[in-house]
Amino acid sequence: MKEIVVISGKGGAGKTSFAAGFSRLTGKNAVLVDADVDAADLSLLMDSKILKKNEFKGLPTPVVDMDKCTKCGKCVELCRFDAISPDIKIDTLLCEGCQVCYNFCPEEAISLKECPMGEWYVSETPYGPLVHAKLDPGGENSGLLVSIVRKSGKALARDMKKDFIITDGPPGIGCSVISSLTGADFVCVVVEATVSGVHDMERVMELVDFLDIPSAVLINKYDLNLAACSSLEEKLGQQGIPVIGKFPYDEVFYRAILQKKTIPDMKDVTPYIHDSFEKAWNHLVSLVSKVGQNLS
Amino acid sequence: MIISIASGKGGTGKTFLATNLAKIMESQGVQVLDCDVEEPDDHLFLKPRIKETINVGIPIPDVDEDICIHCGKCSQVCVYHAITDVGAKVLVFPQMCHGCGACKIVCPVDAITEIDHIVGIIEKGRSGDINFSAGKMNIKEVAAPHLIRKVKEHIKPDVISLIDAPPGTTCPTVTAVSNTDYCILVTEPTPFGLNDLKLAVEMVSQMGVPTGVVINRVGIGDNKVETYCREEGLEILLKIPHRREIAEIYARGEIVIEELPDIRNLLQGLADRLPGLIEEVTRV
Repeated sequence: MKEIVVISGKGGAGKTSFAAGFSRLTGKNAVLVDADVDAADLSLLMDSKILKKNEFKGLPTPVVDMDKCTKCGKCVELCRFDAISPDIKIDTLLCEGCQVCYNFCPEEAISLKECPMGEWYVSETPYGPLVHAKLDPGGENSGLLVSIVRKSGKALARDMKKDFIITDGPPGIGCSVISSLTGADFVCVVVEATVSGVHDMERVMELVDFLDIPSAVLINKYDLNLAACSSLEEKLGQQGIPVIGKFPYDEVFYRAILQKKTIPDMKDVTPYIHDSFEKAWNHLVSLVSKVGQNLS
Repeated sequence: MIISIASGKGGTGKTFLATNLAKIMESQGVQVLDCDVEEPDDHLFLKPRIKETINVGIPIPDVDEDICIHCGKCSQVCVYHAITDVGAKVLVFPQMCHGCGACKIVCPVDAITEIDHIVGIIEKGRSGDINFSAGKMNIKEVAAPHLIRKVKEHIKPDVISLIDAPPGTTCPTVTAVSNTDYCILVTEPTPFGLNDLKLAVEMVSQMGVPTGVVINRVGIGDNKVETYCREEGLEILLKIPHRREIAEIYARGEIVIEELPDIRNLLQGLADRLPGLIEEVTRV
């Protein structure tokens, strides 16, 4: 069983379209994981039915007992996240859950409340099971939620004897990205051939290198900036990073989303894109199969 | 006047709007603060001359082993598991530390001082008459909210401040949008755009920041985003048409309004309306 994580650095590069399309091509031989818990869109691309719903609790948040509070201002002074106003109102959106206010209130006027920060689900889709989540807006600890959905996806893949886990990762290079990459078998980096797309990919590649995960690149919207595309290909060639496919800027990607379909379902509309998609997947599978057997 | 530009979904056009709007407002006094610190891209378009680079660190504990009595209180108080007393030594894991200071306060023998752990930089400079500041987080770091707070310390009160926020709806985005006068949410007319817009609207309304919507790539999808905005009473500030040439200019790292007069007119309309609109909502 191998986990492939699809990331991009920059948002909007096409991660979700590729992750969904790849899962379609496995022929129900994959568990899908949506690790973009801020903006989980994978389930929108397919008819999915929630089978199991679980609550996600983040770090407990502080609550002030106004009867005990003397407004001494100690908590305001100690809070480094500007989450407590001078009249001792706690802004739970800004609170990072460090509990300094709770621990050091001289009147013991602050208690902690465990509150749900979101939900995570196991769903059924035409392409196999999907583990996804919804983090409440402003929710803390997205990294933890990402590891929960990935762990659950792994257990499910083991139980159901699937050969692949395909994980749709979040944009960026921060905590939720690190959380979606650690321990993965392979990374597929989707990059759009734009000045900003390449810039952001280079940043996320540094992270992938540091974590020492084998990777391949998929160039999307390659015809938006042909010069950027060829210099990117040259650079990747020098670094020995395989390019598994090149895709044009084509409205079919939007059309597929509107029709709740994956790119491989759009064969009639854009047969050549369909073919490149299949080739990219086969290339990816051959690269992934060369990676040392995952013992866990 | 501080305007944040955010979106639930990435790649909808935040950077495009921030950089092009800044160019339009250049003569009236404007600054750009790139708070998308994981993927800062505004400099690629505005090409500012950087005059100052500031290191940003978070205060992490430094334990004086000669004073430490290994009582273990620092490990117990840290919710992030960033400090562990293993008996003979106290281990600190800088990347997990949020810099809250709990360990330092709790230490009964004052064995802990704080040192700066660099998490990123702020680059400051000018692009023409645009005042420019951008946060850039170092690879392997996670303290995006802290760096964003530091970037926002460079807000100038006498000009219009445009904050390019990170995508999503969690702590980095909240930190970028918080205490701004108005938030422009950029979306696209697709099911992804709609789903992520709803999450972003939920976020800004909890924060009490007045908001309006810019729909980008109009024509590529359906009209469900517009219907949603009407039903929710959300003002649609601007509709930018889907055109391949916009994507191509953007892909080259150029400013779209400098090449397409009709897009300049569209954005000029928004720039003219914004101050009055924000004054109105702030009064309410």
